[in-house]
Amino acid sequence: MAAIEVRELCRTYQVFRKREGVWASVRGLFHREYEVVSAVRNVSFTIDEGEMVAFLGPNGAGKTTTLKLLSGLVVPTSGTAHVLGHVPWKREDAYRRRFSLVTGQKEQLWWDLPAQESFRLHKEIYRISAADYRRRLDELTDLLEVGRLMSQPVRELSLGERMRMELIAALLHRPDVLFLDEPTIGLDVVSQRRVQEFLRHYQREQRITVILTSHYMKDVEALCDRAIVINKGIVIHDGPLAAIIDRFSRHKIIELQFSDNIVPQGLERYGRILESRPPKVRIQVEKQRVSECLSSILSQHSIDDISVAERPLEDVIAELFSSDDAARAEK
Amino acid sequence: MSTTPAHAESETPFSEIRARLRLKWLILRTAIEERLTYRADFAFSTLIRFLPIVTQIFLWSAIFQNAPGRSIQGYNFSEMVSYYLLVMLTRAFSSMPGLSTGIAGSIADGSVRKYLIQPVDMLDHLFWHRIAHKLVYYAVATGPFALVFWLCRAHLPDFPGWPVMLAFVCSLLMSFLIGFLIETLIGLIAFWFLEVSSLVFIYMMLSYFLSGHMIPLELLSKWLPFVDYLPFRYLAYTPTAILLGKIPLEHLLMELLIQAGWIAGLFVLNRYTFNRGVLRYSAFGG
Repeated sequence: MAAIEVRELCRTYQVFRKREGVWASVRGLFHREYEVVSAVRNVSFTIDEGEMVAFLGPNGAGKTTTLKLLSGLVVPTSGTAHVLGHVPWKREDAYRRRFSLVTGQKEQLWWDLPAQESFRLHKEIYRISAADYRRRLDELTDLLEVGRLMSQPVRELSLGERMRMELIAALLHRPDVLFLDEPTIGLDVVSQRRVQEFLRHYQREQRITVILTSHYMKDVEALCDRAIVINKGIVIHDGPLAAIIDRFSRHKIIELQFSDNIVPQGLERYGRILESRPPKVRIQVEKQRVSECLSSILSQHSIDDISVAERPLEDVIAELFSSDDAARAEK
Repeated sequence: MSTTPAHAESETPFSEIRARLRLKWLILRTAIEERLTYRADFAFSTLIRFLPIVTQIFLWSAIFQNAPGRSIQGYNFSEMVSYYLLVMLTRAFSSMPGLSTGIAGSIADGSVRKYLIQPVDMLDHLFWHRIAHKLVYYAVATGPFALVFWLCRAHLPDFPGWPVMLAFVCSLLMSFLIGFLIETLIGLIAFWFLEVSSLVFIYMMLSYFLSGHMIPLELLSKWLPFVDYLPFRYLAYTPTAILLGKIPLEHLLMELLIQAGWIAGLFVLNRYTFNRGVLRYSAFGG
């Protein structure tokens, strides 16, 4: 059953256009010029209950705007959305008790107090029974390993510890839908992994519906099977994560190990040499030339080992978004 | 996972009210704990606030020295001293340090979002937060207040009788509400302009004059007759004038009703502004 249904959602912003120079600023006092920017254009997708979906796109692609629309912070210019049967921007309490939004910024915790005080407040805000509260708090503090930090003022916690506390605050009322906007931004590798592992475990256990945006592909690969790729407000891919590579990557990587401890000259003609460490070499080759290159290499050199691999998702995504005509890549 | 709200308890009107009261109580408790983390700064700023009263008493004693036994617009020296002491007390109820700028700041930096995402009412939240702020303030300030009143005891009026005393307490509590509502309203303007600090400055200047904080309003209303029709007078002048017997007994009820009317009007305006502001906020990008 669908937990989130989005149909042709559009959101435009009027942006004040400021021209350069003092004179232009003075003129701007009397006559303002505005520009209409589309943050989200005709976005449609359906997410089933218990799915965990990645939302990928470069900065300004419309990911955060979409999450804001689904959290009811922003009203759309046109289109519809239903989350758990509610229209988010009506901001009904019945809906607000059933979802959470976690962003990389500090949002829910009281800065000067220990996190447990904020949690206690959440218990009343979300009307959690005492028994549920105790059980969930124990479980979450265990999983996130923050038990000993509960009585320390939030401002004294590290970024990673604070993020884990934010997650507890967001999950205490056991939301059915969770929006995660860059949950690991700015965290060190250890904290990143810990948050990642927790999210995977928690989502599987509770079967909650999750949308995750992240620039950090390791997060995405570890957590999501399905990805919605958005660029310039338009959905350019909605399907299995692995299919992104199939669809958008124009290259593969050939890894060779030569028998005679050297890397021969002239391999550039096959493609870009990514790494050369005799006797091993990695070459990035255009997809349609892979078999041709392989037979050519095999016929000319003596090879000990050979493999053909996909490019890392991170590189494919980076390439996809760096090319200006990413929207056209779809066609 | 079910699509029925897992959190809906068997909600009777009674349990609903109980849940709301528990939340208010917890906000109050948590906010008190938060205020207490800065108790040293708090105590210091409380003490500093007593300095202006000292200079004002000196100033008026110099003025009255040239005209001993005289009264200015119905105030003799003792009444003038009592006036300033009581205004100081009233302002302790009606002034809201940091309220407008706090709201504006949360709108500017986006932390206002939490009130839109969570099932809480922002104005209610701020209200209980402010009560906590005030309670901690009184706990710290009662000692110094008592000391100043004791030092000036020779100037203080006699007990005015229970009806006046009751009217004074009502007016004092309502001055808290008016101060809260006006400053919240100024903060909410940040939904439109983001930066409200100059507005707060103008408000502080205006209210200093028009509330009777600087001089009794009798001295002003000859030049500015409209001060009687503004809500500012309830921030300092009205409770003070009630206790000093400047408002005739038969007018007391009317005075309190008008004050309550301002509260009702400001409350409605506050709600309206908040709702419009949130609409604008979500129209401009959250």
